[in-house]
Amino acid sequence: MSRPEDHLPPDLFYNDAESRKYTTSSRIQHIQSSMTHRALSLLSLSSPSLILDIGCGSGLSGSILSSVAPEDGGPHVWIGLDISESMLGVALEREVEGDLFLADAGQGVPFRPGTFDAAISISAVQWLCNAESSEESAQGRLTRFFNGLYASLRRGGRAVCQFYPRNEEQKRMVSSAAIRAGFGAGLLEDDPGTKSAKTYLVLTVGGGELAG
Amino acid sequence: MKLLTLNFLTCARRACKSSADAFPLHPRDVELEIVEAEPNPSFLSNILPRLEWPALVTLCAELGLPGLPGEAPEVAELTAGEDGKGGKLAEDLHRLLLETTVKEGALVCGSCGHEYRVKEGIANFLLPSHLV
Ligand SMILES: [Zn+2]
Repeated sequence: MSRPEDHLPPDLFYNDAESRKYTTSSRIQHIQSSMTHRALSLLSLSSPSLILDIGCGSGLSGSILSSVAPEDGGPHVWIGLDISESMLGVALEREVEGDLFLADAGQGVPFRPGTFDAAISISAVQWLCNAESSEESAQGRLTRFFNGLYASLRRGGRAVCQFYPRNEEQKRMVSSAAIRAGFGAGLLEDDPGTKSAKTYLVLTVGGGELAG
Repeated sequence: MKLLTLNFLTCARRACKSSADAFPLHPRDVELEIVEAEPNPSFLSNILPRLEWPALVTLCAELGLPGLPGEAPEVAELTAGEDGKGGKLAEDLHRLLLETTVKEGALVCGSCGHEYRVKEGIANFLLPSHLV
């Protein structure tokens, strides 16, 4: 499988044509939606929460967060960051309920401490491992992201990042950046060793009660 | 962008992280739009204790919106009343925080003066690399 992040930064890769393709492909929608549901169950939120979606794209995951029924602890309110203007354009057309930011999570998370109950990220964190100029390093981008994410979550908050690590080393690089930021971290793999293997980084912020 | 979000948003520059003036960002030449949303009383009760009330009061003054009480209400007030729905207070907060949105304009950092543009409700927080 060719990996788009090997070739281009995400804001260039997800141009208008790619964004539309990504959002309308029913196969991708199905995978994205099942990963979002998996991440949501790992967050185990019991009441309507404020959630940050990192790499929200066209808002496929967000729509799921907005439509969690009250008996299942929703609906949640979300804020999404994405580096691709055309992905956000598609989100706008879809009239998603969350607030959208054109932002690079590798530059940090611009919210005051303790803002979010939880955070979710589907298929985005591997992009942070790309450094696009000589002024920045993958390590620096990961550090700024996880430090910012850690601070922006409330005590007892959780984050679940599903991502596609290129290899074991990248998996280690990502989880150790999270741990250095202060998170309790666990890696969970669904269908390991198969083509459809999914890696979830489950992060917890100590202190406070765990129940959302 | 909902006014709720503005109550949590700070300047993205690292140099402003420790500055008290980097929050709240100040609206400049903004166009507001009401986007109706389903009431979500449990969400309001969840988020109320986390609001920076003085920043919300300042924001309303800067936007010329009707005045808020100077003191933050208690969560219990949101479920008060015969129907347990908190009456006008819950309605007003829902309207202000979840239905009043910034559609166009800019948000300005009180510390460094950086201006974040908002277009069609989407705020541009991408920083040129020398400002990160
Ligand atoms: Zn600033």
